[in-house]
Amino acid sequence: MKLNFKINSRIFGFGILLFMLMAGAVLAEETATALAADPVAAAAPVLTVDTGDTAWVLISSALVMLMTPGLAFFYGGLVRRKNYLNVLMQCMVILAALSVQWVVFGYSLSFCPGSKWIGGLDWMMLKGVGLEPYGDYSATIPHQAFMIFQAMFAVITPALIIGAFAERMKFSAFLVFTLLWATFVYDPVAHWVWGVGGLLRDMSWMGLPGFALDFAGGTVVHVNAGIAALVTALIIGKRKNIDKYPIPPHSLPFSVLGASLLWFGWFGFNAGSALSANGLAVNAFVVTHTAAAAAALTWALIDWRIHGAPTMLGTISGAVAGLVAITPAAGFVGIGSALIIGVLVSVFCFAAVSYLKPKLGYDDSLDAFGIHGIGGLWGALATGLFASKVINPAGADGLFFGNPKQFLIQVAACLITISYALIVTWILYKIVDAVIGVRVTEKEEAIGLDLTQHNENAYTILE
Amino acid sequence: MKMIIAIIQPHRLEAVKEELYKVEVNLMTVSEVLGHGRQKGIAEVYRGFKETGNLLRKIRLDIAVNESFVQPTIDAIRKGAKTGEVGDGKIFVLDLAECVRIRTGETGVLAIG
Repeated sequence: MKLNFKINSRIFGFGILLFMLMAGAVLAEETATALAADPVAAAAPVLTVDTGDTAWVLISSALVMLMTPGLAFFYGGLVRRKNYLNVLMQCMVILAALSVQWVVFGYSLSFCPGSKWIGGLDWMMLKGVGLEPYGDYSATIPHQAFMIFQAMFAVITPALIIGAFAERMKFSAFLVFTLLWATFVYDPVAHWVWGVGGLLRDMSWMGLPGFALDFAGGTVVHVNAGIAALVTALIIGKRKNIDKYPIPPHSLPFSVLGASLLWFGWFGFNAGSALSANGLAVNAFVVTHTAAAAAALTWALIDWRIHGAPTMLGTISGAVAGLVAITPAAGFVGIGSALIIGVLVSVFCFAAVSYLKPKLGYDDSLDAFGIHGIGGLWGALATGLFASKVINPAGADGLFFGNPKQFLIQVAACLITISYALIVTWILYKIVDAVIGVRVTEKEEAIGLDLTQHNENAYTILE
Repeated sequence: MKMIIAIIQPHRLEAVKEELYKVEVNLMTVSEVLGHGRQKGIAEVYRGFKETGNLLRKIRLDIAVNESFVQPTIDAIRKGAKTGEVGDGKIFVLDLAECVRIRTGETGVLAIG
């Protein structure tokens, strides 16, 4: 029976990959003919590629790519060493699998003009996504540059959720769950916020004239992944004996390395989201750095006051929380607001991790919800408070700048995202659990996932 | 005086310590060791190269006790370490010839506690 399950899960996983590749192969041929015969491209208004903008977006894409391995080290250092490779592997496989998913159909689902709810399938295999700019998203860089920049966001978002179920999820189940989650949760929500005609890009249907401000993905990336983290942590259950014996991180230096790579990559994430090498990018760069610094310092001080010593883990947790919170606001707020957002995110996340988590009793192993969920939520709401047209005329004013409606829009956008992520994540988890079984056996959990899921060990004792 | 050596599963260490504290055995030396009994370990594969019969991580406890503590110590270790699966480990009991506390120079029964 056990063997059957294993085979099932493999066939399931391979099936999905095969489907993606076959769909791709068929469409690739169509693309070739379509490109040759399509006269529409010539009739469209001429947009010029700006070399500076293109260079910056390509560099930013590479920076954001580095965040996923960075996250791997950040998370990897926090788990026991018997599960270290498993966490690294989950991140690296997401980088591989979702990059494939993205070019085959993910980008099309998110960004192809479609309905309010989801993009279309016309851009599968990047059909029609060429080297000319696409005015609706970016007038000065090749469409494919925008696509590959977005690919890195699609990769890191599901990777964030790993923190919630680390140390106890079967690898096959993880792979299938992640592909489904990216397709049915990330892709639609990205379309709502960023896609042409997306649900949250024009909120007039709710009687709120305007649009949800989300500069670099506070709602799409962090609230979305944070809620998915909470759901998975709640259903998968606690790690064995976690209440009796707290688990110390196996290598905090690795986590510091990972957090540093995240901080570094985040400049691409936020400043790159300007999609131009201009003043707006510089503003995003500066406030991103400022908020991270303020949050890191604040968390260290809170630790010092409450636990008697400033801790390394607290400091890097603060830095990451600060980066999360400033993400939606980076293109709309100034330096003073960035400081406030940074200081307060550490207060909120510290409270969530130290008081809320023990009280509610879920085992979010590496605080994916505590930092990305809570931090992302605060960032999205703070954008509705602190946004200012002085910083970005294309944005909107927030509550503190005389436009209370923007705050309501932010609240509504968060609630919509939370409800959707909550329900669909739950459904996807239950499906995968029924077909494959999500959790490893008690014995596998005890021996460790490196050896039982990957036949490898991170460290040797004897040469 | 006896020397009790126990080889246990790494993930049972905390449970064993807890049981030992309950019977007031607070002094122990813990080391990380490699070994396998009937289990033969789990095969590891590196770039297709398979290493079979790998050694598994185990924890070794060294505990010196006076006669009256021998049975309680053994019971506590068993209670904490047992999962019922192959690989739970072993306990060895050896006669201990002498024991000296470095700081005071005390020897024998006095030095152990």
